[in-house]
Amino acid sequence: MADTENIKAKMKVSSNPHVRSVMTTRNIMICVIIALLPAFGFGIYNFGIRALLVVGVSVVSCVVSEILFCLICRKKITVGDMSAVVTGLLLGLNLPVSMPVWMTVLGSFFAIVVVKMVFGGLGQNFMNPALGGRAFLVISFPTAMTNFITDAYTGATPLAAIKAGESVDVMSMVIGKTGGTIGETSLICLVIGAAFLLIVGVIDLRVPASYILSFMIFAIAFGGHGFDPAFIAAQLAGGGLMLGAFFMATDYVTRPTTSFGQIVYGIFLGVMTGIFRFFGPNAEGVSFAILLGNLLTPLIERLTRPTAFGYTRKEFRKGGAK
Amino acid sequence: MTKFTFTGGIHPFEGKNLSKDKPIEVMEAGDELVFPLVQHIGAPAKPLVKKGDEVLRGQKIAEAGGFVSACVYSSVSGVVKTIEPRRTVTGDMVESIIITNDHEDRTVEFTGIEDYENAPREDIIKAIQEAGIVGMGGAGFPTHVKLSPKDPDSIDYCIANCAECEPYLTSDYRRMMEEPEKVVEGLRIIVSLFENAHGILAVEDNKPDCIELLRKLTKGDNRISVKALKTKYPQGAERQLIFATTGRKVNSGMLPADVGCIVNNVDTVTAVYNAVAEGIPLMERIITVTGDAVKDPKNIKVPVGVSYAEVLERAGGFNCEPEKIVCGGPMMGFAMFDLERPTTKTSTALLAFKHDDVSAAEPGPCIRCGRCIDVCPGRVMPNKLADYAEHFNREGFVEYGGMECCECGCCSFICPAKRPLTQEIKSMRKMELAARKAKK
Repeated sequence: MADTENIKAKMKVSSNPHVRSVMTTRNIMICVIIALLPAFGFGIYNFGIRALLVVGVSVVSCVVSEILFCLICRKKITVGDMSAVVTGLLLGLNLPVSMPVWMTVLGSFFAIVVVKMVFGGLGQNFMNPALGGRAFLVISFPTAMTNFITDAYTGATPLAAIKAGESVDVMSMVIGKTGGTIGETSLICLVIGAAFLLIVGVIDLRVPASYILSFMIFAIAFGGHGFDPAFIAAQLAGGGLMLGAFFMATDYVTRPTTSFGQIVYGIFLGVMTGIFRFFGPNAEGVSFAILLGNLLTPLIERLTRPTAFGYTRKEFRKGGAK
Repeated sequence: MTKFTFTGGIHPFEGKNLSKDKPIEVMEAGDELVFPLVQHIGAPAKPLVKKGDEVLRGQKIAEAGGFVSACVYSSVSGVVKTIEPRRTVTGDMVESIIITNDHEDRTVEFTGIEDYENAPREDIIKAIQEAGIVGMGGAGFPTHVKLSPKDPDSIDYCIANCAECEPYLTSDYRRMMEEPEKVVEGLRIIVSLFENAHGILAVEDNKPDCIELLRKLTKGDNRISVKALKTKYPQGAERQLIFATTGRKVNSGMLPADVGCIVNNVDTVTAVYNAVAEGIPLMERIITVTGDAVKDPKNIKVPVGVSYAEVLERAGGFNCEPEKIVCGGPMMGFAMFDLERPTTKTSTALLAFKHDDVSAAEPGPCIRCGRCIDVCPGRVMPNKLADYAEHFNREGFVEYGGMECCECGCCSFICPAKRPLTQEIKSMRKMELAARKAKK
């Protein structure tokens, strides 16, 4: 058995299982990037070429921040997992088109370095980096972050208009021909992207569905308009709800990993968004609702951990089989 | 029709087409055979022969070392060359009887129990014990122990595990297609041991021809039925199988008998038939040799004790340089670095792959996607357990149900970050079990 002798040295040995699925972290991130492209494309069409500049700057500065951080800390450079691109894209799509470049760079730096890398990088951040970066910008530069006046849209955003008691055209909100941040306006494009993620199995409906449903119920109960289809539709299509529900609330790292926990988390987000939108001073509430939810994730996860097979919940909590 | 199944699980590439339609071939033994004295769970067997002794095919060469143990038979006639420690597939050095084959095939005369249908229970269990039968799906638990629960009347179901949920393996399938009568008769014998028991042949629905054949054979038998299970890994894991077929739940602190079930692999059931009806001890088994690096994938009936190298040669050898060789299925088998290892009663397959997924993938940090939790058939949180294992946090590990893990490998398979979750959990479980044993 000469060839066995030869092979012996080259044989790879490992613990079981010996096969692995094709889905990798990188593939997942690439799927998310693809899913965001329709909304991004529509943003460029809707707001002009400057939208490309804002999002481009955001993506590049996220990637560069991560590389620099890794270099300075003498760590392995981790941008290959593409998560920095996703963060940059999400942050960019959450900015108004008039955002000054230097602010965008600062926001990206904050998102990657302060929110993600100092906590240990991908998987260790306690809140969504893109939303963390956005929150930082909202607090630091409130005027720039709420300046939605462009050449095309001089009025208030649809949600602000509703808040002020004006009527809005739901149809144009569905298509996206309204003011707002770059990526949030088109319901259709966001839903196309979300459908893609659902089909390839990157996200499931647990968080988005419980989020949107609970928000709808909250809107009917406390929105002040009762069951008014036009109002509900405008609330669903307006603002960052769809972008948030499908692309940011579903962020793996910052949502609970247990299936029941995800539903609890979604309901919490829906209720908080409703409170912020209807009782707060601002028309918007999605990003802060998600950030609050992120903070509760460890608790929700602990309380909703699954019961091992073959036990009742009570038995398992008592310690299971000894 | 609702399919019988469980929660969780994965759908790996099946790869069964490589060897599915290859009829079982019988293989001649080579010049030297190795019989490890531990081919089962329990006490090592004690040799009955010494160096220089002549042995016949079917002669008992080692007797059980206790109740939870099994005897070993020679699968060839020849001379005992020596008794010395040899390395087995798991890497352990195990005391083994080495026999030089004289290629004459002088065989012991086998006599089964003639009227086994009316034979007393004790005689049948004795015959099974004498034949050295162990669980042939891989675990190797002595079958006579399994068939002797504290209260035989409490057994409601005797399940024949015909799921064969491991990808690539087709030996059970061929067994059922070619010797279905023996499978059914073997299960009848087992069912007859328990007054209140009903027999179930549990087959995954990727083998429709098998299901049909077994249904035809069991028609009119009101003590045996065939159940089609959803094709999903690990449908054939004992706890999942019991749940899928009966809706009863077994946890790590229980035995299947506690919920009135006894599960035996299809090969084991056939061995029971051979032992009881024909008096033939366990000295042969079917091994699937397959994978993309094997020239001619096939199912081979091998005399237990031949080396994997010989088995591979029978399948034409490699068609290219393999990166990985696995003994057993791709999900739960052992990686081998040397083919000069003896086959045992529990060898199910020999796989050779051109590419190794595991070494190709670089483990990254957990992204908390939750896929491992979704697929875990034990309904625990592999991501958390692996974290606890990395930090040697025993309390956390046990609190989060680490001991409920059945090491099926679903979590490692599905993990997009390619973390070796199963491996971490497995090591921690071993440490915890060892610590508990030490305490006692």
